[in-house]
Order: sequence, then C-alpha cells, then structure tokens
Amino acid sequence: MTILFFTLILLCGAFTAGLLGSLTGLGGGVVIIPLLTLGFHVDIRYAIGTALVASIATSSGSASAYVKEGITNIRLGMFLEIATTTGAVAGALIAVYMPTNVVAIIFGLVLIFSSLVSFQKKTPYAEDSAKSKLAAQLRLNSSYPSADGAVNYQVHRVPGGYFMMTFAGVMSGLLGIGSGALKVLAMDNIMRIPFKVSTTTSNFMIGVTAAASAVVYLQRGYISPGLCMPVVLGVLAGAFAGSRLLTRANVKWLRIVFSVVIGFLALQMIYNGITGKL
Amino acid sequence: MKKLFSTYFRDKDIQQLIGKQLRLGVILSSAIVLVGGIIYLVRHGHEQPSYGSFTGVREGLNNLPGIWQGVLENKGMNIIQLGVVLLIATPIIRIAFSVIAFLLERDYLYVVLTLVVLGIIMFSMSGGLAG
Repeated sequence: MTILFFTLILLCGAFTAGLLGSLTGLGGGVVIIPLLTLGFHVDIRYAIGTALVASIATSSGSASAYVKEGITNIRLGMFLEIATTTGAVAGALIAVYMPTNVVAIIFGLVLIFSSLVSFQKKTPYAEDSAKSKLAAQLRLNSSYPSADGAVNYQVHRVPGGYFMMTFAGVMSGLLGIGSGALKVLAMDNIMRIPFKVSTTTSNFMIGVTAAASAVVYLQRGYISPGLCMPVVLGVLAGAFAGSRLLTRANVKWLRIVFSVVIGFLALQMIYNGITGKL
Repeated sequence: MKKLFSTYFRDKDIQQLIGKQLRLGVILSSAIVLVGGIIYLVRHGHEQPSYGSFTGVREGLNNLPGIWQGVLENKGMNIIQLGVVLLIATPIIRIAFSVIAFLLERDYLYVVLTLVVLGIIMFSMSGGLAG
C-alpha cells in the first residue's frame, strides 16, 4: 500500500467518522483511534496524537456556531476549563508511564460508557429551591435563548461538577479524545444544566482541553503530519456535511447502529489490550 | 434596566467575535494542511507508510523553530504541521481573546480565572513536561 492510497482510504474513513459523529452527536474523534489502530495497524501513540488534533478541529468548528447563537455558557465553560486543562496536563503526563495496552483497555471502557450515555433519556430538571451559593458567587447562573424567549437556569453542585470535569480532563489527556460524554454527564447529572447548554458548553471546552495536552504530545512526537492531514480534513468535511444533513435525517436508528459499532470497536480494543496486541 | 441591556449587547458582540475567530482559525489551518498535504503526496505518495511501530516524528517536526525551518524549505510535512500547530493554537487564542473580553466587561474575577487557564496551558507548553 502506497502513501497515496493509504491517505485516500484514511480520508474516506475520517469523513464517515465525522459524518456519523455529527449526526449522532457522539463526536467523530471516538472512532478515529480504533480506525487507525485496528483498521490500519497504526501505533496507538500516533493514533492518540491524531485523534486529539481531530477533536480540536471539530470542537472549534462547531463551537463557532453555538457561541454566536448565545447558547454556550462562556463563564461556566471558562471556570470548568481550569479543571479540564489541569486534568488534561496530568493525563498527558500519566500517559508516558502507562503501558499502551492498558491505555487501549481504558479507551475501550470509556468508549462503551460514551455510547451508553447517548441513550440516556434527557429529561429537563424541575426548578428546585436549593440554590448554590458558589454558583451565584461565580456568576454561573445564566439564560439561553429559545423560541419562547430567554430561559433562565441555575447551576447546582459546583464542586462535584468540578471534580468530575477534572476526571474528564485526565481521560482526554490520556486517551486523546474530547471526552464529551463525561463532560455532558458532569453538567447534566451533577450540575443540572439544561442539556442544550451542557452539550454546547462541553463542545466549547473540548478544544481547549485537547489543546492543553496536544502541546505536550506535539513535543513528544505523537502528532504525525502524514496522519493528521487526511484525518483532520476528512473529519471536518464529514462534520460539515453532517450539520447540513441533520435537519433532514432520521437519526434515531442511525444512533443505535453507530452505538453498536462503537461498542464492537470498544470490545476489540479491550481484547487487543488484554492480549497485548496494542 | 438600561445598564442591563448595554452589558447584554456587549456580551453578544464578544461572543460574535469569539465565534468568528474560531471559524477563521479552523478554515485557515485546514487550508494550510491541504496545501502541505498536496505537496507531500506529490513528492512522497508512492512511498510506503510506516506507522506500525512508534519512533516519534522525525527531527524538526516536534518544535516550532524546526517546523518553520522546514516550511521555508517548502517541505510538505512541515507545512501540514504548521497548519496543525495553528489548529492547536486556535482555542488557545480564543482564551487570550476572552481575557480581553472579560477585561472590557470589568469582570475581574473572570479575568483572573481565564488567566489561570492560560497559565496552565503555558506551563504545559514550556517543554519540561515533554518527557
């Protein structure tokens, strides 16, 4: 297989990943690592570097639209970025000492978790009286625009959310993924933020979190231009196409199929990790 | 009430600016990656890829002076890497923008919090962590 052929197949694979990731909301980055390691027998360290760059691309690309609409809670994002970037730097440091097969196993587990979370029923929380003093002091409570005017919301359990975000950051730095599922979980379930705000704010944060560990990986030589070129261009084009299709496509069955595929890839990553093939 | 509205609009302007900056960063860096990619494929497209075992990228692709040196020599790999570096810089520049934005809003608490985020990234960039 020549480099030209390799690049073209990878471009198609990354396009599909970006398209499905954006249609299902699972993010394209999660399938890049299995695609590279299982599909193309690329060393997992190169795969992590590549996926990290791809997640910065998709996050920045889609965040630009949401920030303009005013749904993203920039203060909340900025505050929690202290947690995610600290975690990401720690994760990138741990990665040096962690055997690659262990990284593969953890990756598989996070992948299964992410696809399960996507099936979680999104029920908006009833406004309760328990107010967080810290949230008020940090001015995290905000509102987002909707068809019926601005909707106000309160942020709850700030320390718990902060702790969960640090963990999401470690996973992001260690595995080279955006760990959007963990971020949304922290904001939805712990901090009780409306999911419209949590998904867009999580997306907004992914780029910064990934950049914090990407600068370490770049210096370590994990980020290879030959892989980044087809993956970044493919994922971006796929995500863009996905955002155009989103209004027309019925994504329910697609999400199920994609989740099953992800689950299968995750099991294969775990299997290869245990047998020491990765 | 009037004051509330004026801060709301200023907030909106800044969000527009951040949105534009992110989009511009992504478009510009992918254009550079594409140009570098074409040069790389024309010159090396017929060779064999070797990513099976980890050796790290070749000398000069893992630091800014090295990347820039190669760009001046028109090396495809280095031009791609320049685009990648710009992509990584995009969210970091966004944070720097936010510092200015919060400063204009006189929200000094968030000026400090944003500087902390920027500080963590600078610390991680400083090189000592590359291992």
